[in-house]
Formats: sequence, C-alpha cells, structure tokens
Amino acid sequence: MRNITSSWITVVVVVALGILPPVFLWNGQAFYMDLATRLVILGIAAVSLNLILGFGGLVSFGHAAFIGIGAYCVGIPAYHATYGEFDAIASYSGLFQILLAVGAASLFALITGMICLRTKGVYFIMITMAFAQMVFFLFVSLETYGGDDGLVIDVRSELPLVNLDDPLQMYLLCYLSLIATMLIVRTITRSRFGMVLQGAKDNNERVVTLGYNTYLYRLTAYVISGGLCGYAGALLGNFTTFISPEMMGWTRSGELMFMVILGGAGTTLGPVLGSLVFIVVEEILSHFTTYWHLPFGIMLIVIVLFVRGGIMGLIGSKVE
Amino acid sequence: MSGLLQIAGLQKRFGGVNATDNVTLDVLESELHAIIGPNGAGKTTLISQLSGALRPDGGSIVFDGANITATPAHARARLGITRSFQITSLLMSMSVLDNVALAVQARNGHSFRFIKPARTIRHIREEAVDTLQQVGLENRANDPTVALSHGEHRQLEIAIALASKAKLMLLDEPMAGLGSEESTKMVDFLKALKGSCTILLIEHDMDAVFALADRISVLVYGKIIATGSPEDIRSNDQVRHAYLGED
Repeated sequence: MRNITSSWITVVVVVALGILPPVFLWNGQAFYMDLATRLVILGIAAVSLNLILGFGGLVSFGHAAFIGIGAYCVGIPAYHATYGEFDAIASYSGLFQILLAVGAASLFALITGMICLRTKGVYFIMITMAFAQMVFFLFVSLETYGGDDGLVIDVRSELPLVNLDDPLQMYLLCYLSLIATMLIVRTITRSRFGMVLQGAKDNNERVVTLGYNTYLYRLTAYVISGGLCGYAGALLGNFTTFISPEMMGWTRSGELMFMVILGGAGTTLGPVLGSLVFIVVEEILSHFTTYWHLPFGIMLIVIVLFVRGGIMGLIGSKVE
Repeated sequence: MSGLLQIAGLQKRFGGVNATDNVTLDVLESELHAIIGPNGAGKTTLISQLSGALRPDGGSIVFDGANITATPAHARARLGITRSFQITSLLMSMSVLDNVALAVQARNGHSFRFIKPARTIRHIREEAVDTLQQVGLENRANDPTVALSHGEHRQLEIAIALASKAKLMLLDEPMAGLGSEESTKMVDFLKALKGSCTILLIEHDMDAVFALADRISVLVYGKIIATGSPEDIRSNDQVRHAYLGED
C-alpha cells in the first residue's frame, strides 16, 4: 500500500515539475521558472547526497564542496577561453566542462573519502566538513578567479542540441538530468551493491562478517555521489553564470542535508520533495520578513523532531 | 588428523586484564568443539580474534593451512569462517529473507554490481529460501527482521551462518536467552548439523554442551585449563574446582 502510494506521488511530482515551470514561463512569469530551475538543480545534488546519507547512513557535511568544484570546472575553462592562458583547459565546450566537473568531483571524493571513511559518526561529519572548508578557502585564495568575490561566467557551456542561454532549454536539461539521477540512484540502491551498502548502514559488523569489505563499497558510493553532485554544480554554474566560494560554504552543505532529511532520507523522491519544500518555503517566508531564517529553522526542527522519515514518512504513515 | 584451525600462543590484553592468555588450541576438521568457562573468562574475546573483529596482541592463528593472524574480518569470511553473535546482530531494517540473501550473495563473487535488482536474482533468493526452510523460518521470509521474536532471531543467526556455507562456524552462545523448548530445538538442530562442517561453540548451557560436543576446552581467566572429551572434562578435578564449583 505504502509503496504504491509513494510511487504515485513520485509520478505526480515528476510530471508536475515537467509541466508547471514551462507554463509559468509562457505566462510571462519567468521568475517562477528560475525558482524551478534552482530547485531542480539542488534536487539533483540532494538525490546524490541521499545515496550515501539515506542509503549508506554516512552523514556527509561537505557535499557543497562537490557542487563548488563542479561549478568552477565550468567557470575556470570558460574564463581562460575568454581571457587566455592555460590553453590546455580553456574551453567553452560543455561536454569537456561537464566531464571535467564530474571527474574532478569524483577524484576529490575518492581522495577525501579514503580518509573520511576511516572514521565513524560525529568524526565523519566533522572531517567531511573540514575537507569542504579546505576547498572553500582554496577558492577564496585564488585571486585569478576572483577570490571570495567570485567569478562571472561570461559564456555558458556550449552543448550540442541544447542552448543553455534559453531558459526553457536550460530547465529541460536540468529536469531530465534530475530524472536520470533519480533513476541512477534508484537502480544502484536496488542492486546487489545497494543491498551491501544498506546492510552496512544497518549493521556494519554483520555485513563485514559475511565477507564484504564495506569500506570499499562505501568509498564507491561516496565517489558516485560526489561525481553526481559535481554534475549538479556544473549545471548550477551555468544557471547562475556567477560562481563564488560561498556556494560551497558549510551552510550550503547543511542545506543539502536538510533537504534530504526534510523530504525523507533513503527514499527515491524524498530529496526532491525536500528541495521543493525548502526552496518554496524559503521564497514565501522571505516575502514576509528578512528574518525568514527564524521561522524556517523552527519548521525544520519540528519536522526533524516529530515526523519520522520526513515528508515521505508523513505520507507513508497517513496511508497505513 | 591435523587441525583445521590452529591457535598458538594467542594473547590479548585490555589494560591490565589478560583476556586471552597464551591460548593454544587445535580445532579438528568436522568436530564440534565447545568452549566453556565462567562469565568474563574471555570466550567472546577469543571468538572475536578468530573472526577478525579484534586483533590479537601476540600469537598466531592458522586456518586451513594459511596464517590469518593479520587477515581482516571480511577476508576471513571469504576463506570460510563465519560467526554468530552472542548479542543478536542482524540487519533489523531489512526483511528476514534479505538477511540470508546477503549471506548467499557474499559467496557469489564480488557485489560491485550496480544494475540488476538484487531481489530479482533467482538463484540467490531460492537458496536463501531453502536455508530459511532448514531452520524453519520460511513462513517469516518477507517479514521485517525487527518484528521477529528473540527465539526467531537466534534461528535467523544460524540461518545466516548456514547460508555462508563456511568451513568453520564460530557460534557464540546460540542458546542465549532461549526458553527450554526453543533450546531443545536448537540442540537438535545443531546435532543434525554436526559433521557437515567444523563448529566452535561457546555455550553456557551445560546440558547442551555435553550433549553436542566432541571435545571441550575450558577457559578460565583467559587461559585454557583443560581440553578433552566430555567425559574427561566432567571428571577433571581442576575443571570441577575452577568452573563447575565442586570441591
């Protein structure tokens, strides 16, 4: 019963995300289209974080770093293509930039993951955050790319078939990417690999005793999650055309975590619902008061305290 | 007959406590070897060193001709050592069948397989169901593990150990917390299992131990004070004095 309902809700939400924003655009409400693009991109990041947080039980507090790395992998090649130097990476090619984004984010995940995954619990949270802050300060110190003032992307990625300067095409690319990411994570979590990952979340010692080197399985999941998040970063850079270290600060990592937990960790749709509610409520509250963080924070606390399993948990418990 | 498992001079200290004090022991192929001893004698510590969960401070462990003293737990499992836990250690959020299927899956090569849904892989599911039938849990296959009774949890522990088709099973108090009827069932079950693989059994239930074991070792304060057939152990003065509490 619960599964059927949640599948239905998934279909409804996914279809609505496909139809409503273009309708807003045609109605001349481009602002809502922008909002939708942002939420879909953050949705991709949240879905990829969910792979390790929801299904792997690894609370990463540094996922914004992957977004930042992905975004700078668009910004830096574009910067050099415009202003010269570093010919080797100077390019407007979207395929190159996206490959670079996914590659760099995965590599960063591999290197930091090898160290982070040797720790557990609170230590894991702290060390993932520490690595993300290292990247943050690295980009703050890179004066060439604007330091903490950030970097304007003059030319968006050039991709075959799609023109990212067109808001509708930009949105559709993000939207299809979200669906693809959801399908990838869903497939992985149901596979044999996914069973090991979820088993290790439940009881690591037991799974090790069965003969699985859970460290390697977790590391693999961490790299996949980081790579997908890097891809989301490449999209975000193209969308905002302005990137700065601020997009990988620890508060951003916290927001991603909130989205996953708010929507329901360990579910296919949860992170998407989480980012949807997060972006929409943030938008509404900021209309009423500049201190919107306060009611927003209270709302998050209430949900975390009283609703087990986030929004998806709420839907599930109503049905049962 | 040489030992399938040869433990020589094993040492493990926790602070000032010698939890394992120069333990030397051979477990023979296909015997059921029981280890008894009072609470705190270091039985679980010993099992944990054999399974790889704890690193010994000294001594060596040889399994099936290979020195595994420094081998990590997951690799030991692949070599054919499995353990059950004294305190139930299961995947509580998964179904009963998933618990066993994961053990079957572990024997089918690596699991870096990302595409095919695990629950649709026929031979794994079927083997898992067969194993559940052996312990009489087949009716509970699709229930969440957390919903099972304590007795059923103990049965599931055994099912998982069976599913890993290990050469050596380390059973840490499989009867712990069972009622007398459930205990009898478990003893019968282990009796039927005897001979098909090598079992190192830790157990408090003396009736069970004397009914099941081919050989018994007595562990007191981390030291093995006697090893022998059940009759030898029963008549050993030292054992009576130290453990059975008789003068």
